[in-house]
Amino acid sequence: MTAALEVDRLNVAFGDRRVLEDLSFRVEAGSSLAIIGPNGAGKTVLARALIGSVPSRGEIHWAPGTKIGYVPQKLDIERDLPLTGQDLLRAKAAVSGAPRAESARALALVDLDAATADRPIGTLSGGHFQRLLLAFALMGRPSVLLFDEPTAGVDEPGEKGIYALFHRLQREEGLTLLLISHELSLVYRFADNVLCLSRRRAWIGPPRAILTPERIEEIYGTPMRFHVHDARDAD
Amino acid sequence: MARRCDFTSTTPVTPTDLLLPLAMAVAAGLVGSIAVMRRMTLAADAISHVALPGIGVALLLRWNPVVGGLAALFAGSLLVWALEQKTRIPTEAIIGVVFSAALAVGSMLTSGQDLIEALFGAPRSPGRAEALLGLAAAGAVIAFALLAESRLVITLVSPDLARTAGIDVARINLLFLLAFALTVALGLRFLGVLLMGSLLIIPAATAKHVARSLRGMRSASVAIAVFSTLAGAILAPRLHQETGPVVISIAAAIFFVGLFLRRRDA
Repeated sequence: MTAALEVDRLNVAFGDRRVLEDLSFRVEAGSSLAIIGPNGAGKTVLARALIGSVPSRGEIHWAPGTKIGYVPQKLDIERDLPLTGQDLLRAKAAVSGAPRAESARALALVDLDAATADRPIGTLSGGHFQRLLLAFALMGRPSVLLFDEPTAGVDEPGEKGIYALFHRLQREEGLTLLLISHELSLVYRFADNVLCLSRRRAWIGPPRAILTPERIEEIYGTPMRFHVHDARDAD
Repeated sequence: MARRCDFTSTTPVTPTDLLLPLAMAVAAGLVGSIAVMRRMTLAADAISHVALPGIGVALLLRWNPVVGGLAALFAGSLLVWALEQKTRIPTEAIIGVVFSAALAVGSMLTSGQDLIEALFGAPRSPGRAEALLGLAAAGAVIAFALLAESRLVITLVSPDLARTAGIDVARINLLFLLAFALTVALGLRFLGVLLMGSLLIIPAATAKHVARSLRGMRSASVAIAVFSTLAGAILAPRLHQETGPVVISIAAAIFFVGLFLRRRDA
């Protein structure tokens, strides 16, 4: 299989504080990788290093022609910013050369109605704003989706729907999926591989091998319960 | 006092005299709306002050003061951009220090009536070459603001989103600062160092109160900047006042009216 992403001995430090040390992993094209770990383990820093937003040492090699759709964990938007969801999608269409109709397709994919997308983005609820960012990421036909806790602020049924959507997109459009998540049950169900970051070291492998109760307790410092779904084809 | 009479003359304003201020106001409305959405309200006002030492040096060397102001503005913008790229100091702090220092140095270099004109403007008709260059510069700023709007909007929402959308964030930030500097330079002769920053910010801040969308913001900002500029240019001679303060007073009056019209969103 060809690699969508190869990371070799990646190091990120802020002053004297080392956040990521000699991290190496590979993501196959068309596969899904979940990145998990406790707060402060460097998950968001890793995502931002992968898109070139924080300085790093080591190799980050995306396959040629990679287009990334990114959903950040949190955005600080002024409530009275006069910018609607549709404005943001129109801007993405203009920048990515996507046809106008693609914003309607993206909104339909994330189940966000046009009237909500016509409101100023600062007035959207957390869940609606997250769906809008998903639609933004999906425009321009990305080959890789990189999501930093994409369901923060989304209610539980919506969360399952979004993960099911990721899985469908990955399967139907051959997308590579990298997602940072705290939802171990959903990670177990939908991810091909798990990259588990702790402050001391990292593990990568299939969920069944990585998400053992002993390792989870070691990483999080406390036992965590999550539901294990055997059937991965249930959308 | 004789010079002061030049710019409080009651000579009627001709349509040709208004062409350059009109182009300047459209540019200010467009660039200002992006600046306000980028939360550059205070920074934008301070940036315009950096023109002062340039004007002072130009006057000492007997050059065109607008050229000196523009050179200083470009140099200041490059300095802010470089410090933003290389350091973790917040932009507001960089701008606060650099441009306040520029105002202090500029005040020492410029004196008397020249200082008053540099600070508040002196709307005598520019020469033909300066007017043509001004129109060309305004056209360039307007074209940039419209063509780069999508890139600027995504970048102001999130530089990370912009990077993954293929936008060169450092480059677009630099181009915006240069467009901002050029717009300030366009208004130096007409409104002066202190008031041109206000024409960039007040109409856009007013538009932000009443607009709900990007198009609404852009249209309202340009409309208020153009109305304030033209009304000020026409009224000032009749009121025996300098143009700059009248323009900005009109813009500020519209701002306060806008406060009462502020949308009431849930």
